[in-house]
Amino acid sequence: MSSLFAGAIDRHFGIHATALEFRSARSQVLASNLTNADTPNFKARDLDFAEVLKAESGSLMPASVRMARTHQRHIAVGGSDPDAGPLLYRNPFQPTLDGNTVESEVEQGKFAENAVQYQTSLMFLTRKIRGLQLAIKGQA
Amino acid sequence: MALFDVFDIAGTGMRAQSLRLNVTSSNLANAENVATRPEDAYRARHPIFASFMTGNDFGAAGTFVTPGATGGAESTGVRVLGIVESSAPPVRRYEPDHPQADEDGYIYATNVNPIEEMVNMLSASRSYQSNVEVLNTTKDLLLGTLRLGQ
Repeated sequence: MSSLFAGAIDRHFGIHATALEFRSARSQVLASNLTNADTPNFKARDLDFAEVLKAESGSLMPASVRMARTHQRHIAVGGSDPDAGPLLYRNPFQPTLDGNTVESEVEQGKFAENAVQYQTSLMFLTRKIRGLQLAIKGQA
Repeated sequence: MALFDVFDIAGTGMRAQSLRLNVTSSNLANAENVATRPEDAYRARHPIFASFMTGNDFGAAGTFVTPGATGGAESTGVRVLGIVESSAPPVRRYEPDHPQADEDGYIYATNVNPIEEMVNMLSASRSYQSNVEVLNTTKDLLLGTLRLGQ
């Protein structure tokens, strides 16, 4: 009974809980880039939202139709490099002599974008929680 | 919680940039020093930066990143490997009236390049500011998370 409710509440929050987690992980990656803006040979990285979304929507499917990797050497669906993951390297617009690929203005833009998206996810969750509270109390 | 790691990352950045600022001000303060022998002359100092992993792997706790897939390289701070002295030769000037001149009338001034140091200072202070900005934004996000559902 209780697991039924837990599943229902999980479904009610939908993708937003995972999205919040993704945004917080991405802000960590982008902060690393900004902090290493002056470090020689540092390569800027970023998390690929599309990749994560694909993996997440796959996990929402019933297990019977999902493609399972039962061995670590199995080739993942949609990609031949199982270790690539969503964490990729950024291609710089302008190369530098010291091998650093961080472009502060790009990273600051991405960081601000990510912060706004984080707050958007927070807002969605807040509204969902209010909806639940309304349903529980039965009055506005 | 990955957002808490951002405080550590930005903290290492601020520490490194403030050390760079420190070294730069030391160079600028000694820019006019002179010495009798070339080996006694003040030499410009510069910090060497390197990135390092702060040891937090969100993949272990997160749900969407499998541990090991990212190698935990996403939490990367900066540290100062050391401070090196510039190998440029000190500037030799002919000033026979100077009290510190050697028997041939030469004094040896520092190899500090004030223009280079000013650029270093600006770059360090901008980088420091961008780290502060990251910290403030992250603080806002975390406070927002605390108020979730209210």
